[in-house]
Amino acid sequence: MPANVPVMLRYALLRLQSLVLSLFAASVVIFLTVEVVPGDPAVFMLGINAQEDTLAALRAELGLDQPPWQRYFSWAGGLLTGDLGTSYTYRTPVAEMVADRLRISLPLATYALVLGTLIAFPAGILAATRRGSAADTSVMGLTQCGIAIPNFWFAMLIILVFSINLRWFPAGGFPGWEDPFTAIKALTLPAIALALPQASILARVMRSALLDTLGEDYIRTARAKGLTRRQVLWRHALRNALIPVLTIIGLQFTFLIAGGIIIEQVFFLPGLGRLIFQAISQRDMIVVESVVMLLVFAVIVVNFAVDLAYAWIDPRLRTAR
Amino acid sequence: MPRSKNLIPGAVLTAFFTALALISFVYTPHDHTTVDIVNRFRKPLGGDFLLGTDHFGRDILSMIMVGARISIAVAVVAVGVGMVAGVPIGLAAAANKGGILDELIMRVNDLVFAFPSLVIAILITAVFGPGAFNAIIAIGIFNIPVFARLTRGAALSLWQRDYILAARVAGKGPVRISAEHILPNIANLLIVQGTTQFSLGIIAEAGLSYVGLGTQPPAPSWGRMLADSQTMILFAPHMALFPGLAIVFTVLGLNLMGDALRDILDPRIRRDAR
Repeated sequence: MPANVPVMLRYALLRLQSLVLSLFAASVVIFLTVEVVPGDPAVFMLGINAQEDTLAALRAELGLDQPPWQRYFSWAGGLLTGDLGTSYTYRTPVAEMVADRLRISLPLATYALVLGTLIAFPAGILAATRRGSAADTSVMGLTQCGIAIPNFWFAMLIILVFSINLRWFPAGGFPGWEDPFTAIKALTLPAIALALPQASILARVMRSALLDTLGEDYIRTARAKGLTRRQVLWRHALRNALIPVLTIIGLQFTFLIAGGIIIEQVFFLPGLGRLIFQAISQRDMIVVESVVMLLVFAVIVVNFAVDLAYAWIDPRLRTAR
Repeated sequence: MPRSKNLIPGAVLTAFFTALALISFVYTPHDHTTVDIVNRFRKPLGGDFLLGTDHFGRDILSMIMVGARISIAVAVVAVGVGMVAGVPIGLAAAANKGGILDELIMRVNDLVFAFPSLVIAILITAVFGPGAFNAIIAIGIFNIPVFARLTRGAALSLWQRDYILAARVAGKGPVRISAEHILPNIANLLIVQGTTQFSLGIIAEAGLSYVGLGTQPPAPSWGRMLADSQTMILFAPHMALFPGLAIVFTVLGLNLMGDALRDILDPRIRRDAR
């Protein structure tokens, strides 16, 4: 690459190259894994008593009679143009099904992320600025528990308390977005359950990042210049501590989308997670393939964005690999 | 030696659940598979059943004890898979720093990291059939890059040290140096990370079993017990309470112990590794 290309652009191109490679490798791995699934989708759809010629006709229709490499290319080629294939079971485009389910999974993950951040930031800042105090000890203790509690169990407990006993929230299901208020109400308990471990981790990251920056020389200089503790915290320390915290938030978003799979099971929410389980049990492998690929795509792209944001904030990282 | 206030509670909790698992081999209060319809939904502390019974009249304490065995076994083997495969990979990458091997290993590592582990674990268990063994594989695969990356990072900084130079001058090859000088010096780090991965493995196993893809009945597992209890939580909350607490306390114990070990074992290496 010529030397006059700006460093940032060069870094972005390098990262982009590895992004494309990762996506390609991921698609091959996913395709091969699904390829070895026992059971013929055609037999599954028509039943074991189906005639051989009917089965053959269905296989031809679904493209299952083609050699694997050809099926890979038509699948991967479709992905590039936004065509995720057609569900074996429902005969509807997978892209439509996914878009439909994302109307639940995406708001749920966002809701959980917002909740988690709203809890984690004050908790982390409080713990770091009052290091060693009772507040610090309780934040650290609570977050330790928050990490240890499996979110699906926590989900069951809050259902017991807030749905069954207090009747504040529904225990499961989703009424649709026609009435946004009831929709958000239905997503509140799942979002809390999802947010618990994320908030605990984030609060700890916030605390340690803030403690690191509060120990820096420039903080002492700022204090020596006459700034109050509060001014130093808001103007200098917090801004610098945000770099690692933002990275974690970026990574957590993808965890939230994937972690939603189990929480959706607890609350009977028809999101992406239930779509995967349903598709697996119906041997609807094109749906499984495409949804898993989509999730991996999301993770890889978010990681890419986080890397770029990081390099943009901290120029030293642009030269690092 | 620096002290850590987390060590005692962490060690006690871990020892307690390990003991429960071990005792279950020779003794459980009741047989954990015996269906006893007369005694179903017994409340805790009532008569024969310390933690009550489930919807089949099975003793919950006995199921938790045997479940501990399975949870711990799955997590231990999954960590073992990660270490046995990941550590040599990381050592090899560090010994060939900047080489094609290093590049290839780290790219593959990044790739595995990019997969949302839960989704892939579900995919693996769905493809190869649910069960404890496939759960181990599914969880273990994601431990490999964790250990490979950690080992590489720590080993890279050690390769710069003078005593490694001395060993090279003495004519030792990269394999011997890695085994005799690098590995013993990063063992602390591996133990600390192993504890963390262990606790993550317990949660992952519980999650997989909860959705029906982990341990299969009649073998009891904490995750399955929670799944069974869900529809009965209204009138038998104890069925959901105890397996959940077992998971929380096991994971908490491991995490506390991991933190304590991190404080006690050389913290300097850890900072170098990142």
